[in-house]
Amino acid sequence: MKKSYQSLEDNSTNNMKQVIHRKLAANMLKLGFFILLTFSTSLQAQDGDPAKGKTLYNANCAACHKLDGPMTGPELRNIEKRLADEQGLDREWLTAWIHNSAGLIKSGDAYANQIYNEYNKMPMSPFPQLSDQDISDILAYTAQEKAAPPAPVAGAESNGGGGGDSGTSNTLILGALAVLFALLAMALVLVRRTLNRFAEAKGVVIEEEKGVSIWRAFVQNQFLVLVTVILLLLASGYFVYGYFMQVGVDQGYEPVQPIHYSHRIHAGDNGIDCKYCHSSARVSKQSGIPSLNVCMNCHKSISEVTPETLAEGKEYGVDYNAEIEKLYAATGWSAADQNYTGEAQPVKWIRIHNLPDFAYFNHSQHVTVGGIECQTCHGPVETMEVVSQEAPLTMGWCINCHRETEVKVEDNAYYTKIHEQLSKKYGVEKLTVAQMGGLECGKCHY
Amino acid sequence: MKSLFKLVVLMVVLISFASCQNKSKPNYQYFPDMYESVGYEAYGEADFLPNGMEAKLPAEGSVARGHKPFDIDGSLQGYDLAKATLMNPLDSTQIDSPRGGQLYDIYCAVCHGKKGDGQGILVTREKILGVPAFDDAGRALTQGSVYHTIYYGKNVMGSYANQLNEEERWQVVDYVMQLKSELGGSQTVKDSI
Repeated sequence: MKKSYQSLEDNSTNNMKQVIHRKLAANMLKLGFFILLTFSTSLQAQDGDPAKGKTLYNANCAACHKLDGPMTGPELRNIEKRLADEQGLDREWLTAWIHNSAGLIKSGDAYANQIYNEYNKMPMSPFPQLSDQDISDILAYTAQEKAAPPAPVAGAESNGGGGGDSGTSNTLILGALAVLFALLAMALVLVRRTLNRFAEAKGVVIEEEKGVSIWRAFVQNQFLVLVTVILLLLASGYFVYGYFMQVGVDQGYEPVQPIHYSHRIHAGDNGIDCKYCHSSARVSKQSGIPSLNVCMNCHKSISEVTPETLAEGKEYGVDYNAEIEKLYAATGWSAADQNYTGEAQPVKWIRIHNLPDFAYFNHSQHVTVGGIECQTCHGPVETMEVVSQEAPLTMGWCINCHRETEVKVEDNAYYTKIHEQLSKKYGVEKLTVAQMGGLECGKCHY
Repeated sequence: MKSLFKLVVLMVVLISFASCQNKSKPNYQYFPDMYESVGYEAYGEADFLPNGMEAKLPAEGSVARGHKPFDIDGSLQGYDLAKATLMNPLDSTQIDSPRGGQLYDIYCAVCHGKKGDGQGILVTREKILGVPAFDDAGRALTQGSVYHTIYYGKNVMGSYANQLNEEERWQVVDYVMQLKSELGGSQTVKDSI
């Protein structure tokens, strides 16, 4: 190389210039290649697929880590950058921690021990199955910026504005109609006055009508009076009877509960079984109101609803997040520290379905033995935002159902013998509850 | 004109009657003493009790009839102990898989999925995340560990001891182990990505 350079140097300056140019170009190329190489390697190291990372994160990490805010473990948004900035720890440390945190703690690593003690010495399960690529996918997902405040809210607001517009246009139309009617009425009065004036001018005398007024005629006709009195008595009897019959019946009762709990979301949208919360309906007389630890089974990790759900709540005039805060206040749960403060407040739920105490009703008999769906008596609770009493819960209503419902005797040894005897006695294939003694007074009143 | 006035008065009275029906208040009762007896009702209020609540925890140290205290505590050591030693006390004649399955579908399937793959409706709707499949290698479920987790809860999962009694818990444990063995050959959540 040098030799050729020297020999070239001997040549004319013109040539030399060219050579220098060529060398510069070569150097530039080399440099560019270097930059490209370093850049591409660094790209490869951070090249995670956030979409894949999300699936992996949800499957492996989300049980204990949230992106924002502490859970069982620390929050993970921008964890790689924060570790590098605050602790000077790199990807290698993070990989070692994920693959075997217990080993890292044992090795005496300072920060590993610090974080272990900070989170109540709760060891993180090892994830040796996560490859380097998996980890970079997850880290790419955690490095994503927090989603901007939801747009749907703005949409809802504009919707509300639209509603206001239609309201104002309605009042406008009504106002215009009222003005129109007033004008018409005025026109009629004016026409009548002018006609009267014409009549006066022409000397026409308007005759006053003579004869018995309709009221007097009515009073004088005794038969009509009698019929009317009977009709009035019958009508008032009907209404008074109706009024007395609804005393003590709470159909449609819809009290406001201390915490707004939406059955529509829980039992409807999320498909949670009634008996998940009202578990004692299976095994006892009472269908229990769940104690708040049942709520916290899920709401420990669900501390706020999605923006879409929040927008739905606005339609009902409810802020679901505030209701979850009420739950936290009642249980004494501190979302920031992820523990119970011990300052619990009982929630005074308002009972809706309440049979009078002289009637005995047992949930387990109906739910477990009879296999009756909850909705048969309680109506479509899974569609109710606010629960109301669907059935009248009167005795006639109970009796009707007992007369119509056939007992499920298949695969139930308890009923085999009595079913044989009674079905022969009544000459029927299937027995109703009433035929098995479901109408006996003492079954419910004793 | 006078009759019109009377008609309006009548209408106003009728409307005011109709609007008196308040849905947020219970109706009148004929003889309240018969509707509400002297005896205490479940979830009722009683002045002499703290907070006025009738719903109370059992006195500390008391054991309900037909119940056995669970000796293993809720700590991590307890979990490991249960995982290693605790066995299902029900024998094959007492195992009622259909019932265990029904209970599992009510209480567990919302998160863990009907097949135990960790894809319950709350997970697919992204309400609760990070539910592992039962055949998760890192967790290596055993009868004892499942029972301990149902009893005390683990990580985000809460305790289900108040929704399932001891016998029902073991029925569910057996069903979970059944699901785990069915999952054994198939893919886990991670593999399917």
